[in-house]
Amino acid sequence: MKYIDEFRDNKIAKNISRAIFEKAGTSGPVNIMEVCGTHTMSICNFGIRDMLPENINLISGPGCPVCVTPKAYIDRAVALAGIQDTVVTTFGDMMKVPGSRSSLTQERTKGASVKVVYSTLDAVDIAEKNPDKKVIFLGIGFETTSPTVAASLAYAKKKRLKNFFVYSGHKVILPAMKALMEDRDAKIDAFLCPAHVSTIIGMTPYNIIATKYKTPCVITGFEPLDILQGILMIIEQITSKRSEVENQYKRIATRSGNKKALDLLDDVFEIEDSEWRSIGIIPKSGMRLKRKYSVFDVEKNFDLPAIKTRPDTGCMCGSVLKGIKTPFDCPLFNKKCTPEHPVGPCMVSSEGTCAAYYRYPVPQGYGAGRR
Amino acid sequence: MRKITLAHGSGGSLMHELIKDLFVKNLDNPYLNNLGDSALINKNLAYTTDSFVINPIFFPGGDIGKLSICGTVNDLCVSGAKPKYLSCGMIVEEGFDYKDLEKITLSIKKTCKKAGVYVVAGDFKVVEKGAVDKIFINTSGIGEMYQNAMLSASRIRPGDKIIVSGTIGDHGASVLLAREELKFKSRIFSDCECLNGLISSIICKDIRFMRDPTRGGLATTLNEINAQCSYDMTIDERTIPVKEKVRALCEILGMDPLYMANEGKALFIVSPKSASRILSRMKSHPLGKNSRIIGEVEKRKAKKVYLKTKIGGTRILDMLRGEQLPRIC
Repeated sequence: MKYIDEFRDNKIAKNISRAIFEKAGTSGPVNIMEVCGTHTMSICNFGIRDMLPENINLISGPGCPVCVTPKAYIDRAVALAGIQDTVVTTFGDMMKVPGSRSSLTQERTKGASVKVVYSTLDAVDIAEKNPDKKVIFLGIGFETTSPTVAASLAYAKKKRLKNFFVYSGHKVILPAMKALMEDRDAKIDAFLCPAHVSTIIGMTPYNIIATKYKTPCVITGFEPLDILQGILMIIEQITSKRSEVENQYKRIATRSGNKKALDLLDDVFEIEDSEWRSIGIIPKSGMRLKRKYSVFDVEKNFDLPAIKTRPDTGCMCGSVLKGIKTPFDCPLFNKKCTPEHPVGPCMVSSEGTCAAYYRYPVPQGYGAGRR
Repeated sequence: MRKITLAHGSGGSLMHELIKDLFVKNLDNPYLNNLGDSALINKNLAYTTDSFVINPIFFPGGDIGKLSICGTVNDLCVSGAKPKYLSCGMIVEEGFDYKDLEKITLSIKKTCKKAGVYVVAGDFKVVEKGAVDKIFINTSGIGEMYQNAMLSASRIRPGDKIIVSGTIGDHGASVLLAREELKFKSRIFSDCECLNGLISSIICKDIRFMRDPTRGGLATTLNEINAQCSYDMTIDERTIPVKEKVRALCEILGMDPLYMANEGKALFIVSPKSASRILSRMKSHPLGKNSRIIGEVEKRKAKKVYLKTKIGGTRILDMLRGEQLPRIC
């Protein structure tokens, strides 16, 4: 398939893999964090670990939107789904995430109106076609998804929709990366920066990681050749003792990002402190609706009862999300916690680290790739 | 309280748990416990059943009527039986269009004629609006065992070749698109077909085992076969035939064609010496022209299926877990 096969070429992959072996062979262990869940999936799906030397550790980071959405958010979404004449719309991944007592899948089984949509605009469409229902969209995700939610809100405002609402759980990625750099337990030598988030925010926000924390950042596409090349660029930076922000994903991401999307985000959202599931509050890492959009804000228009959220017990997702532990370190992994019966968020989303490790098993005690 | 969710019916590991822990445990008998595509009643007779609840009921390349015949016919023939007689039960929602019922019945007629089978018993029920989604169909079928078939997972040996009879994921992708929730202006044709013609043209003792990879797709079916034999299996992603349109849809939605349903494909494990002969005979049949050898049985005995990926990496290929849901970004 055009524009896909070119980025999955077997021969080129082997050449880059060989170059990584040659260059990384002499250095000690290198811990590279792929921030984004789509990278994690791609790495597992294409067997990329199998093509890397043992001293390269790929660590999965906190960039899976479903995984970092706090339990209290799920509990409230479940409560919203129970309100009469309300339709809760969501992206598919959110359906199975366990809250304190239930998940959206379970609520749907009991008869709640929960609909999986493929785009935010589908949710707006449902609202327009069902004026007697209150249609709520669960807005989660990073800068990849938030501009589309902002666009739908701008549209809803223009159309003066009275029955469309967004429950914003949106997050921004950079504060989480900074928090990781400040965390003494986390040992990260370089970041494979997300492809799609970077198409929106551009290269400059990462400068602080490269300069203040002396940690190389390479914006990298999601195809296997992208990832292998991104890793090679990181190894080249490390062996030549550089720490810069580089862009492997030049065909889409630019230095300054997508101005239109950024302006839209700025128009609709404002930054707030935000809770990340299993990690805690990270300052200035969340996005809430600005006052001028308050008629669409779930938090301003629905009276939700106080819900006591039960903490995750025994689950190590927090440490997994920070890259301090691997799923194998967690006593629940593949025992009490499986994709069919997930305990922690990293097992729920197909992009979660635990789900990826479960679905695409990597050697125990990983480490690094086999060879 | 435990509830049944959609994932219990998606053909993956949750459904396998349910079958084992509830049905086999309680209905326990030697015919059922085998859990083959059909039950072997004696050496000559195979018996199977299947229910069809598809939405939408009409889709490119087929409809619920055609599907209900193909499904049962195919279960019989991958068990090594020549399908003969079928039963057909329909449950219809009140208010259902007579014309649509006629269309479905004519489609059943056409499919039976092509496959050389007869519907010899039937049942028809109507329920209140909303009690079923338009129409549900159950078929069951009896087949006569081929005398030259010798199918058993225990006969699978290292070096055996794995053959798939054509492109995978067509049915799953077709139905997903036909639901029109995605608003793509494209159609993918389901592969829904009866396989008895193809299978009768190649059946021989060198075929060790066969299955039709329906719900849960190729990956899940291979894992099911793998669970019954002792050896690992490796398939090569580069050799697995997938239609461009199916791949494109999967790429966009973050789904994997290896887990998408097929309704007119079969998977064969054959002895290495006769693999190319069987393959060339398959290729000369219209339903097998895109057949490919996609992998082989290994010497190792870890009971795992491996996928050699496009770029040359290797990973474990697991069975479907839960439902396949589109990703967020």
